[in-house]
Amino acid sequence: MSAEPVAPAPAGRETVLALDQLSLSFGGLRALSELDLQVADREIVSVIGPNGAGKTTVFNVITGVYLPSSGDVRFGAESIAGRPSHVIARLGIARTFQTLRLFQNMSVIENVMAATYGRTKATPAESILRLPRARREEREVRALAEEVLSFFGQRLAGYRWDQPAYSLSYANRRRLEIARALATQPRLLLLDEPAAGMNPAETHEITEVIGRLRDERGVAILVIEHDMHVVAGVSDRVIALDHGVKIAEGSFDAVAGHPAVVEAYMGRHPEELAEEN
Amino acid sequence: MSVYPQGPLGPQEPPDILENPPGSRGPRLGADEWVARQEGRREYLPSWLGEAQRVFERIGWWPRLAVAGLAGALLPSLGLGGFQLQVGIDALVIALLAVGLNIVVGWAGLLDLGYVAFFGFGAYGYALLSSGQIGSAGIHLPAIVSLPVMVIAAAILGLAVGLPSRRLIGDYLAIVTLFFGEAFVEFTNNVAPAKLGGPNGITGIDPIRSFGIQLTTNAGYYYLLVIVLVITMAVLRLLDTSRTGRAWRAVREDPLAAAAMTIPVNRVKLLAFACGAMVAALAGTIFAAQQTSVFPTDFDTPILILVYAALILGGSGSIAGAATGALVVMVIYDGLLRNATDAGFLFYGLILLTLLARLRPWRRLAAVLAATVALGFAAHAIAAAISNSAVAAGPGSGWLARHWVIVPANPQTPGNWGFVILVCMLIALVQVSTRWRTILMVPTIYLAAFVWETRLVVEPSITRQLLIGAILIVMMIARPQGLFGQRRVEAAL
Repeated sequence: MSAEPVAPAPAGRETVLALDQLSLSFGGLRALSELDLQVADREIVSVIGPNGAGKTTVFNVITGVYLPSSGDVRFGAESIAGRPSHVIARLGIARTFQTLRLFQNMSVIENVMAATYGRTKATPAESILRLPRARREEREVRALAEEVLSFFGQRLAGYRWDQPAYSLSYANRRRLEIARALATQPRLLLLDEPAAGMNPAETHEITEVIGRLRDERGVAILVIEHDMHVVAGVSDRVIALDHGVKIAEGSFDAVAGHPAVVEAYMGRHPEELAEEN
Repeated sequence: MSVYPQGPLGPQEPPDILENPPGSRGPRLGADEWVARQEGRREYLPSWLGEAQRVFERIGWWPRLAVAGLAGALLPSLGLGGFQLQVGIDALVIALLAVGLNIVVGWAGLLDLGYVAFFGFGAYGYALLSSGQIGSAGIHLPAIVSLPVMVIAAAILGLAVGLPSRRLIGDYLAIVTLFFGEAFVEFTNNVAPAKLGGPNGITGIDPIRSFGIQLTTNAGYYYLLVIVLVITMAVLRLLDTSRTGRAWRAVREDPLAAAAMTIPVNRVKLLAFACGAMVAALAGTIFAAQQTSVFPTDFDTPILILVYAALILGGSGSIAGAATGALVVMVIYDGLLRNATDAGFLFYGLILLTLLARLRPWRRLAAVLAATVALGFAAHAIAAAISNSAVAAGPGSGWLARHWVIVPANPQTPGNWGFVILVCMLIALVQVSTRWRTILMVPTIYLAAFVWETRLVVEPSITRQLLIGAILIVMMIARPQGLFGQRRVEAAL
């Protein structure tokens, strides 16, 4: 399997995230090998690949859940490999989860407000005494939470703010995960299958949301997605993984038609196999 | 109006927010307007109870707390005797402990089984700092100094215990902290007997004394505890609605997601440990001053179980719940069973209430009650005819024991057998069909009365454990979130 020549980040734009020869092994199992990946400022990059290709693992390495075996992760100019999750999040990388991981028994607005912990400074004593800094921060956090929730229009509007997160519909939980990630005020947003389990109308909506996230909030986005309509609709660039190896990179059309990608998804054509033998 | 104006099989437009018909009032109708209007669908209790419920919900948290505190402060003036006042003090100490445990268990979700050690640490620390125990003359610090010193020391101890256990979760944390709690009891029992007194504990502890005021009466400690409890609850409420409280609950719900949302999970857990330890130590210092003595057994597992029972009964995660749960548990545990007649009213009253509430139709209820009463008189008469000693209830026994329940002269052995058979019958009762259950209920109730009169009423120490257990079982079935708890769902993972 030979990778396509690496497409450089669009000219003139700063690279936000760079994975440099990144490898990760679990015991003897190679989950990622020598992976190179760049995301430029305000760029939307999709990661595709069959189940078990290592897509979510890439996210987990970037966000500090796993420590890479070798190679480096750079965010801006800084190396973030091996730093704890909450530090990476505070630096400006936010994520959503493929299996929803909301704070189920907290209200919708508290879910969002909790994500501002790293950007606020009031000590417990200040909070108890409601000193000026605590009150100002609380006001700002509340305003920020209402703002990111209003990003989804009426979907997560007013009356829902005080409902527990578990009472939301599935699609609204996915939206709430995105809102919660936005509350950390990220520069880079990692979306892990944002359209999973959504109906066609909702999938269409999420495609628009991803575009708006970039246009209105100016974040770079790395998105894992299986729905090819979404991938085709949002991506500036597509990267295909299989068995932890990058097998193709480029525009959606180039990657979707790439023989290695077709093979990874569909297997090899029987006649072709017969010819080789 | 139709939710799908284009018909259910029409074009797949998302059912977004729909406009209300012109002229209508109320909230805007949305796709899931049913959820939006849940307030209107809430069911309230009938009549004035429902009104009270509405008023209660409308007023803020601090007027509620103030009213509860005032009510608590006015109780002694209703003429509570020395014994009732002592029960009240014990209940308030446990309430303080439960409110502190709620930080660790209810909010941060850390199963801390060594919690009582911090209570003991506060008590022993106060005992050393404000008594004649150390040196020839003792230290005798005033409470205004020794209280804050012990609270801060407990916070540091909390951090020290939390540091090695911060990466432990669930069962592992529970076992490690349980070891810590037991280690504290062993420590006080065996280390430096000259200072800590070994099993004999420390006696002659100073009462709380500051600014020329000295608290020596139980009433004084009662008021002090009411004030301290109310302030602690207010402080914790303010903390709960701050970034710290949100971080604790986020860590409880999903530590991985919390870390991905900028929350330093380990630091937040340590903070919870330290805050819980501070509240426990505060309770310990007041406890030591009120008792004027401390013993290692005061800080052993039974107290831990009581505090946990209080927290679970009241509703883990709720401040008001923790306090209320403690009051309920301690009044049942300490107050009611001291007196056999009171306890009897409670026992028979509960059985009668349960039957009234659960047995339908009323013909079945009447039949069961009549049959039980008849069975009792018949059995008593037959037993009396056979042997006089079979119904020779001890002196001072109630009317029931003399006329209805068979209480033999030597009740211990038959009582024990009766207990075993009663447990078997209760198990059978939940297994059999409705018809047989109705029939079996009659002898079961009678047997329960028999066991009560022969064994339980004379051994309150066992009975109260059973009673608390039974209440917790009933609570779990009827209201698993506890008295004031919020319904919780477990994370899907």
